[in-house]
Amino acid sequence: MSNPAMTQSAQLEPAEKDQSQIEQKRMIADHFERLARAKAEGKKVVYTFVPGNLTELIGALDMLAVLPEINALQSGMRKKSAGYIAEAEKAGHSEDVCTYVKCDIGMLKSGNIGPTGTKLPEPDLLLLSYTGCFTFMKWFELLREEYKCPVVMLHVPYQTDGEITPEMREYIVRQLKDVVIPAMEQVAGKKLDMRELSRRLQLSHRAEDDLVAVWESARHRPSPIDGYFGGVYYVGPIFSAFRGTEDAVRYYQMLRAEVDERVRRKEGPMTPDGPAGEERFRLVVEGPPNWTSFLDFWRMFSREGATVVASTYTRVGGLYDKGFRHSPDEPLESLADYCLGCYTNLGLPTRTALLEDYIRRYEADGFLINSVKSCNSFSAGQLVMLRELEKRTGVPGGFIESDLVDPRYFGKANIENRLQSYLQMLEARRGRASA
Amino acid sequence: MTDSTASDPAAEVLARCLALYEDMSFSRVRRWKEAHPGGLAIGALPIYVPRPLLEAMGCLPVSIFGGGDQLDVIRGDSYFQSYICRIPRSTLELAMGGQLDVLDGMLFPSICDVIRNLGGIWNMLFPERFTAYVDLPQNFDRDIGGRFYTGELRRIAAGLVGRGAKPPSDEELRAAIRRENSRRRVLSELSALRRREPWRLRASEAYLAARAGSVLEAQEHEAWLRELLAALERREARAYDNVRVVVRGAFCEQPPLGLIRTLEAAGCDIVDDDFQLGLHFIEGDIEEDSSIDPWTALSNAYLDRGVATSSRYIGEATKGDALIESVRAAAAEGVIFAAASFCDPALLDQPMLEAALDRQGIPHTSLKYAENSGQFQVIREQAGAFSDAVKLWGSAA
Ligand code: SF4
Ligand code: SF4
Repeated sequence: MSNPAMTQSAQLEPAEKDQSQIEQKRMIADHFERLARAKAEGKKVVYTFVPGNLTELIGALDMLAVLPEINALQSGMRKKSAGYIAEAEKAGHSEDVCTYVKCDIGMLKSGNIGPTGTKLPEPDLLLLSYTGCFTFMKWFELLREEYKCPVVMLHVPYQTDGEITPEMREYIVRQLKDVVIPAMEQVAGKKLDMRELSRRLQLSHRAEDDLVAVWESARHRPSPIDGYFGGVYYVGPIFSAFRGTEDAVRYYQMLRAEVDERVRRKEGPMTPDGPAGEERFRLVVEGPPNWTSFLDFWRMFSREGATVVASTYTRVGGLYDKGFRHSPDEPLESLADYCLGCYTNLGLPTRTALLEDYIRRYEADGFLINSVKSCNSFSAGQLVMLRELEKRTGVPGGFIESDLVDPRYFGKANIENRLQSYLQMLEARRGRASA
Repeated sequence: MTDSTASDPAAEVLARCLALYEDMSFSRVRRWKEAHPGGLAIGALPIYVPRPLLEAMGCLPVSIFGGGDQLDVIRGDSYFQSYICRIPRSTLELAMGGQLDVLDGMLFPSICDVIRNLGGIWNMLFPERFTAYVDLPQNFDRDIGGRFYTGELRRIAAGLVGRGAKPPSDEELRAAIRRENSRRRVLSELSALRRREPWRLRASEAYLAARAGSVLEAQEHEAWLRELLAALERREARAYDNVRVVVRGAFCEQPPLGLIRTLEAAGCDIVDDDFQLGLHFIEGDIEEDSSIDPWTALSNAYLDRGVATSSRYIGEATKGDALIESVRAAAAEGVIFAAASFCDPALLDQPMLEAALDRQGIPHTSLKYAENSGQFQVIREQAGAFSDAVKLWGSAA
């Protein structure tokens, strides 16, 4: 699954930009420029996934990361995904499977032009971090067929019972030491400097502290952030190529300061149409957003005064608000714990408990599930979670269905109707409670 | 003795297998429990779980394949969105209808995210029941993946002991491994017979015979299989002019029996398939030698000799090599991809396997099904056209 809106195109963004957003745009532009020069400069390129990404390791070996999930979501936002998916289906890929994969394959078959309009460099290594999603494994098997480059697999066990056992950690650390790092060193042509890895993990830690403070700010009324639509921008740097860099530390300091300022001024979040109006509903959202109609989708909420105070999608590339931080003191162990803790790597009971906690902690009026057709990892079991959460919290849940990047599965009118009826129901409920 | 038994020596044992297949109330499992007081019946979702471990602990492993085409799914549907395959919803329907009450626990192997999440659903809906996720390693180094996997086996065993199963001694575990090997040797003999004389043992019959192993202990299953093998030798059968095909993709949610029979009726001799894959998952014997720790033997078998299926990471080997090898070994003329609708592992694998077949000029066709599909006319026409084309031109075109 994943992820954040590392977007290049101004019309896809909220009307007014914060300084942090301008900074993020610069960081992304720099990264893509580095990628464009990579082959000429002899830099090695590693394709990997957002959940369980080993960015600090990639950076410490002086390699550059490409995240195909982000390319797919970008293609969705830039209205290219329908064509790419059609291309992949024409080449024999089933209409039943994850559309991120098909979007990526279609993009590759159409020349591999990335979000900035330049051709993406081919991978020197496919780093298969198998965390929380079975499809990842098939995705990189498919890419290996196309690129004929080495693949290295990191199998991350599933946290069924919400507990990381020493055996799980040891299994990952052993893979890192004996398989993953040697394979990466071979491609990088250099040895890993553990001090450099630790330095980067320290930087990650700092950025993570600031990100958690940003999530926490949603406890204020009004919430100064939208933790879903706005949230996907906030996680952009930390979920992708920037965790463990000074850039990311600076970005999160800046973001935190802006959010603190909005708290001080009792302002709500930014929306696609400017600053939010009155906060009428506080929602928690489970499931990824739709990217092909991202702004339309957001407006369905923002125009009704609905702010998302917390979301699980923004935890797929790392769950920090329960206390985990990357640690320079135990580098490999902390990378292991990070991979194990990504949201979709958690058992359904743990996911449900997390949502319950968000509903209570952020005093949500309701919670909504956006169930996407593509993603069994997220979606299988959501209806059980819905029932369970209603039972535990007494807060009513809503359910809508769409897809990540296949516009055929985004029924705008239908989703809008459902959402409006849901919000009306919340309103009526509130009226009854105060009567 | 019925008329058909008189004319077909295999009819009686096959009828028994069919009765087990159709028995959605798991009465055989109930009978086993009555005969084994204190024994636990442990359900297992497809594909692979280490059955000898369960048997060594006095447990009956029961393979659960959803509700097939005999179950109306009503409640199960309200727990899953329409774009998710059918097996989790019918499995849930069985549980909610009480048919799975006979089970003392459930194992959910790591095949795909749907089965994985179904394990979580089980935890939430039936918190009092024993539920364990079997995290099969995707690292196949004995010292890394093997260590993790033996740890998993011990964790699951400890959980079962907590529910009253007896801790397995090494000798009991070895004995269970021997029984499993012995059963699998007969299964291999049946597979060889099917490849040699597919008209003597039809795929739909072999399917029923293997499937009986879902609710029988290895030793009893072996006895049934031997009975079948002996009967088949006496069976009068004549060769058909059919096309020899391999079927792939049906390793989890099973195709309805009617679909397998439809392929046969359309002129296809299915000489190799991945139905009931759990029983065929290990190639060759699990080590039985007393010098080898039996836990390690179970793990080694999974690591070194697990078949190349789509839920297993194919590291260095080329995708499709194993399929081509199967086609050659079975002297098949083509491949039919038959996968459950919305089955991510099978459907994501398929383009790679198709490409490998294309490189070798091996004809193939593909279809999708649900376990409760009832109309096979379109499939019959498609398979018929495929077999005709292969027969006439040696290609699917
Ligand atoms: S199945 Fe879900 S988590 Fe996996 S790649 Fe697709 S969208 Fe991402
Ligand atoms: S049919 Fe496929 S997707 Fe469905 S549970 Fe089985 S392996 Fe998973």
